[in-house]
Amino acid sequence: MAEPIIEIRHVSYRYEKENVLEDINLTIHEGDFLGIVGPNGSGKSTLIKQILGLLKVQKGSIKLFGQEINRFKEWQKIGFVSQKANSFNTGFPATVFEVVSSGLTKKLGLFKFFGKAEHHKVLQAIDSVGLLEFAKRNIGELSGGQQQRVFIARALVSDPKLLILDEPTVGVDAKNVQSFYEMLEDLNKKFGITLLLVTHDIGTISDKVTHVACLNKNLHFHGNTAEFESLNISEMSEIYGHDVHVLTHNHDHHNHGGTVR
Amino acid sequence: MIAGVLQYEFLQNAFLTGIIIGIIAPLLGVFIVVRRLSLIADALSHVTLAGIAASLLLEKKVLGLSGLNPLYMGMAFSVAGSLFIEKLRAVYKHYQELAIPIILSGGIGLGAIFISLADGFNTDLFSYLFGSVSAVSRLDLWTILIISVFVIALVILLYKELFLLSFDEEHAKASGIAAKSVHFIFIIMVALVIAASMRIVGILLVSSLMTLPVAASIRIAKGFKQTIFLSMLFGEVSVLGGLTISYYIDLAPGGTIVIITILILIITILVKKISSMRPA
Repeated sequence: MAEPIIEIRHVSYRYEKENVLEDINLTIHEGDFLGIVGPNGSGKSTLIKQILGLLKVQKGSIKLFGQEINRFKEWQKIGFVSQKANSFNTGFPATVFEVVSSGLTKKLGLFKFFGKAEHHKVLQAIDSVGLLEFAKRNIGELSGGQQQRVFIARALVSDPKLLILDEPTVGVDAKNVQSFYEMLEDLNKKFGITLLLVTHDIGTISDKVTHVACLNKNLHFHGNTAEFESLNISEMSEIYGHDVHVLTHNHDHHNHGGTVR
Repeated sequence: MIAGVLQYEFLQNAFLTGIIIGIIAPLLGVFIVVRRLSLIADALSHVTLAGIAASLLLEKKVLGLSGLNPLYMGMAFSVAGSLFIEKLRAVYKHYQELAIPIILSGGIGLGAIFISLADGFNTDLFSYLFGSVSAVSRLDLWTILIISVFVIALVILLYKELFLLSFDEEHAKASGIAAKSVHFIFIIMVALVIAASMRIVGILLVSSLMTLPVAASIRIAKGFKQTIFLSMLFGEVSVLGGLTISYYIDLAPGGTIVIITILILIITILVKKISSMRPA
């Protein structure tokens, strides 16, 4: 059995009067590619923020790599990619190489300089997301999808065991989304990186991920992809609280309206 | 003019100081511009004015303080102003830019009060506002040199952290680097460099020496290091060119320096336009 990397036990969270998460139990093992899906306001981001230590755990417990989160120190083991393509300053005068290098800032530590080993590592990370030929370009010259790959390379450069992605394809045009997910699948299979992907777009990813968790305040379903696909529509409706369209990932989901929202 | 520089100490002081600030002002300016903090430089330069006015007032009214160097109190005010800005930015979390007009008008207000309390100054206040070739003393030069060595060393040592903080402040905080401390050190460096630069370019034009060379280099540079390098090059060309011209035709150096930076900016915009029109 693979090692558990994240163990979430009885986690609840409330903002002032409103419960956003209720009694969540979820375990992610080494080598998993877990997709967390749920509609807007389902508490996905709140859960992620707690896993990243950006929000305090109010109720329940979270263990990372077997350690209670408030005692966890090895944050370099966790890489995080947010919906960045939208929000960063695209006019920033930095090359892809420089941006990816910045992922080593914490690992290298204060007053330490870049050496040959780091240089090599950065190029390797850029290569693993397929952007080697763009290494010397300014980041603003790249497309939204390519920029998002740069941020993945920045997260990869410090050798994380776990990569958390929060709606990474927001702002990436549709035709590049597919190849983006293929790259993630590669990272998971070839490099053995555990992936946690938060999205509202289960249609595109269900043939890439190994496990699916459906979240809407409560955890409605957690299992492997095959089990998820066998869920029928009425069960899906229950999860999402309203009617959903047919979920067919092997076809072009845009034509079928298969995206669960 | 070279003979003049060799002959007169005041010209040596002015040129050496000019060479130094031509490097450090754009160096910090790059970080200021990319972090969209350009106006902080303006606010702090006006606070520096209040410090200088306070120093001149003390010199005039309090016997025994006649040897007071206004540069020091200018620096003290500038650093204090930077701390107030940080405090205000924390208070007005959702209106962070409000801190700048508050500090800027506070600086001018205090300056105006000190000036009127002193019933005007013998010293030429004009030279503080627009810079002067003859106003830099040997002591100023040494002070500015020490500050520069300190600033350049810190930027080199903290380069990684400053870059990350500038590119992606949220990621910097989330990744667990000491983002707050690095920012704090950065703001203090900015305050010191502004006070150091004001002798040559003048208070009203300090911020332009920090931002305009960067505005030009950002148009044409590839990558962050090249942006820094070109900014310093443009800053240096402007300062040396401006000082030379103002020496020959007796103009305020601040004005000539700024006009040269603007000319460089226009040239880079044109160069960029022409090169992008050419088919690749």
